[in-house]
Amino acid sequence: MNIFKYLGDVFGGVKSLWAGMRVTGYYFVRPGKVVTQKYPENRKKLQMFERFKGEVIMPHDANNQHACTGCGICEINCPNGSIEIISNKITNAEGKSERIIDKHIYHLSMCTFCGLCIKTCPSNAIAWGQEFEHAVFDRNKLTKVLNKQGSSIRKEKKETKEV
Amino acid sequence: MNFNIYDFTSFTKWIDTALNNSMSAGWATLVELIIIGIVFIAFYAVVGLYLVYAERKVCALIQNRLGPNRVGPLGLFQTIADLIKLLMKELIEIKHADKFLFNLAPFIVIIASFMAIAAIPFAKGLHAIDFNIGIFYLFAVSSLGVIGILLSGWSSNSKYSLIGAIRSGAQVVSYELSVGLALLSVVIFSGTMQLSGIVESQANGWWIIKGHIPAIISFLIFLVASTAETNRGPFDLAEAESELTAGFHTEYSGIKFAFFFLAEYMNMFIVASIAATVFLGGWMPFHIEGWTGMNNVMDYIPPFVWYLGKTVFVILVIMWFKWTFPRLRIDQLLTLEWKYLLPINLINIVLISLVVLLGWYIK
Repeated sequence: MNIFKYLGDVFGGVKSLWAGMRVTGYYFVRPGKVVTQKYPENRKKLQMFERFKGEVIMPHDANNQHACTGCGICEINCPNGSIEIISNKITNAEGKSERIIDKHIYHLSMCTFCGLCIKTCPSNAIAWGQEFEHAVFDRNKLTKVLNKQGSSIRKEKKETKEV
Repeated sequence: MNFNIYDFTSFTKWIDTALNNSMSAGWATLVELIIIGIVFIAFYAVVGLYLVYAERKVCALIQNRLGPNRVGPLGLFQTIADLIKLLMKELIEIKHADKFLFNLAPFIVIIASFMAIAAIPFAKGLHAIDFNIGIFYLFAVSSLGVIGILLSGWSSNSKYSLIGAIRSGAQVVSYELSVGLALLSVVIFSGTMQLSGIVESQANGWWIIKGHIPAIISFLIFLVASTAETNRGPFDLAEAESELTAGFHTEYSGIKFAFFFLAEYMNMFIVASIAATVFLGGWMPFHIEGWTGMNNVMDYIPPFVWYLGKTVFVILVIMWFKWTFPRLRIDQLLTLEWKYLLPINLINIVLISLVVLLGWYIK
């Protein structure tokens, strides 16, 4: 064995070990860099991240109107059948027959938060909510109706969905 | 009663004479042994619990987490709660295990660490037993623990335990050499094997400063080799969670598991105190020749605090590199010892002998 290669190995080894220890030492002496949070204490001012997938919600505007046309694409796309849409046919003011949703049912208990429903919705009617405290004592409470009581579909033309 | 925080000699003498005056010599010795045993058991409980806590906090900070923070202020009582949980757990009986050896193994491991701690000087005169071959005794008992590990692996009737135990055996047999040679360097410097003598020889400066480069090399080798000897990360192949579930203590539960766990942490404490005693001056305050003012201020800090501070420092370093490096493979572990640490150590011993013969160190 070449003695210079051997000594080079020793010094190279010590140097690389020291490089690792510098990184961990840096964090050890800086407790301010801790990223975890004390959850129940900070509940009041807890801000979840924008991309956080808490649950599927249907945003309603001030007039209690949503954008869901009841097309059923989310229901078809859901891999585990978490979404059921019960739609209704009504006759509108112009005398045309029109489909509206009666109930947009979302089974939180079955949802895997894959997001396929939200990605494929042609009218941006559903979105991710930030709520994550889903624990309940009764399983039935995990079945949610996303459209609010007495809500209706927004009539104005929607802007096309950006990809 | 003359209690002096800077010198415990008179205090221990006072206890000894008081006992000898009130009973016969044999009984007095027995009572003294019992007192020392109880003191060490209490010390073990407190130090073991808080080392586990410290390790979890250090690890958490290095990984940008908070660590235990629920039980008590800052999570200080977390490990006490863990201990209570462990005490209430069922002791599982393993089918076809060698019952006697299976039950004996945790005791061997913990008794080995008990024997080692007896030789450590905590402060001036605060020393359970002061051999004139203290260092030699420490080599001898520190490798006893591996018998317990081998027995636990053999008697558990489990492949994981057996592989872990055999690995541990190979590891301890090889790293024992490096630990011994690294400590020998200080024996050469100080010319004595008595631990109190080694501490006294550092009154005008610690060996790591007085012995400059060769002493620093042996200190580093001692840290690495003793970490391996205590089966701690990055050398914890004996219990490699990812391959062997928990290695030699896979089949143990409840208080028997707690014994292994406690012994591991106490071994770390003992190794750190040996490093502090031998290289960093033990309970000896930091002195610089000629600076009388500063030396007097340093003398004002009690020796026990010096000892504890240095030990905690070494423990923090050991934890620091446990949580920095990934676990080594068994062949890498043996390569490190036989191809790197041992040759460097042998050359270092020759170098130290030369340095001492030529007087090239600070006397």
